Amino acid sequence: MTTTTNNKEEALILREQDVVPLRNRVKEYGVKIGMSILNQTKLITATSELVRNLLKYGGGGKVIIESVSNGRDNGVRVTFIDNGPGIADIDLAMKDGYSTGKSLGLGLPGTKRLVNEFDIKSELGNGTTVTITKWKNG
Amino acid sequence: MQNNVLGVLKEHENKLLTIWSQILQDSGSGDGAMEEEESKEFASLFLSALAKSDEKNEQSQEFEKVEDLIVGISSSRGKRGFSPRENAQYLLSFKEAASQILSELIKDPAQLYEANLKFSAILDNLMIMTFESFMKGREDVIARQVDEISEISTPVIAVWEGIVALPIIGTLDSSRTQTVMENLLQQIVDTGSSIAILDISGVPAVDSLVAQHLIKTVSATRLMGAECIISGIRPEIAQTVVHLGIDLTGITTKASLASALQTAFDMLQLSVVKRRKIVD
Amino acid sequence: MERIPILKMGDFLLVTIQVDLYDQLAENLESDLINTISKHSSKGVLIDISAVSIIDSFMGRILGNIAVMSRILDAQTVVVGMQPAVAITLVELGLSLNGVISALNVEKGMDLLRSKMHYSDNEEQEYDDNNE
Repeated sequence: MTTTTNNKEEALILREQDVVPLRNRVKEYGVKIGMSILNQTKLITATSELVRNLLKYGGGGKVIIESVSNGRDNGVRVTFIDNGPGIADIDLAMKDGYSTGKSLGLGLPGTKRLVNEFDIKSELGNGTTVTITKWKNG
Repeated sequence: MQNNVLGVLKEHENKLLTIWSQILQDSGSGDGAMEEEESKEFASLFLSALAKSDEKNEQSQEFEKVEDLIVGISSSRGKRGFSPRENAQYLLSFKEAASQILSELIKDPAQLYEANLKFSAILDNLMIMTFESFMKGREDVIARQVDEISEISTPVIAVWEGIVALPIIGTLDSSRTQTVMENLLQQIVDTGSSIAILDISGVPAVDSLVAQHLIKTVSATRLMGAECIISGIRPEIAQTVVHLGIDLTGITTKASLASALQTAFDMLQLSVVKRRKIVD
Repeated sequence: MERIPILKMGDFLLVTIQVDLYDQLAENLESDLINTISKHSSKGVLIDISAVSIIDSFMGRILGNIAVMSRILDAQTVVVGMQPAVAITLVELGLSLNGVISALNVEKGMDLLRSKMHYSDNEEQEYDDNNE
């Protein structure tokens, strides 16, 4: 199934104060396609988790918000791109309870459970890109 | 001549229509006047497109209108109650009629073969499109029904002041669990109830996934500040739960809705007392 | 620096979070609240989160921290008014906020705090039962 992008915008996230406006923008995208409150909340929570990683491990970066459609359903896709040190072992990072920082280690696996599609690419020294998609009826 | 081989069909449009409707009648998949109109429109548009595209030797532009038309016809035929087989027959018999005419017009076997091949390729593509639109119509119906089922199958009942009950009927998958949780929690907020009873008498089987969904629902209810009791646990469910090694110890479970209600009354410090008969 | 107001009502503290939290704001709330509990020797803390539309793992951890820290200072914490969507999201995220006591609304939260104060002798026992 091919996915088409209807609407798109970019935001630079460099400080913690940028997080609240970003969450609101993502929420607006969800509201625009008629996403339920619960799915909006899951999407924003996932965004919040990932943007924290972006600031903490990547030293800030770029976030792309897109309104997407696969012909059957509409959704919101958010991409987080940083140029930080990257993740050495993605499989390990995706395990419940694993964390390099002093957080709970719920970040990546927990976030994955909140969205419909979760894609992570990382290369040591070349940063990390995480893409999440939440469908309106997903 | 070589290039415009399919274009000549346009000159024999009436003859083609006659043969086509004859085949449709014989196969029993025709339905009279309404169809004649449709068929006429389709044949005219299709043959014109064929004639034009043959000259310019490119197809896409002209055929878009034909594609729209045939998709419309097939979905309207679907609604009028034709079976998928009859729907397919409609275009197949058009192909048959056209190939009859082609064989009368072209005497050279090699040329005839080539013309037939070319015609088939174009028509097969149209067949696929009608099939797709037919399937899409069906899928839309299924999707709508799925939505309706998940909506109607999760009623939340206020059984007492401060107590709500939710009977679950059918299999509990993750998307239904979400609907159940949403309904239950919203009702808890709306009614200010501090106890929710989840009755699973109507759930055919509890495997580890279903159990996980139940545990999630209980956890979410507790986060809101309400207590959740699970009732309607049949003996065989108790057995499977233990055999699968599922841990339900953090959850209050009761065999019947009645005993769950009794527990809820206890929690709210209520009691049901039998009234003494007044004897004259 | 933005701060969340903490109201003192007798033995209790009342915090109503009206804005969406970000990490620094949540951390400030944690330290402000613990300092205020200690200053007034408060017996109970009521945190109203009915206007909060998102709680992620960090803010969830802060709520847990507040509950545990205040208990060490002999004060009970009750979180009230969590939105259904927030509760489901927290569960899905894998965060059950162990140690945090919740109530549906401010009124029920107050009742709960008062009842906890009454039975303050055996409350530890009750805690463990409720929050496994």
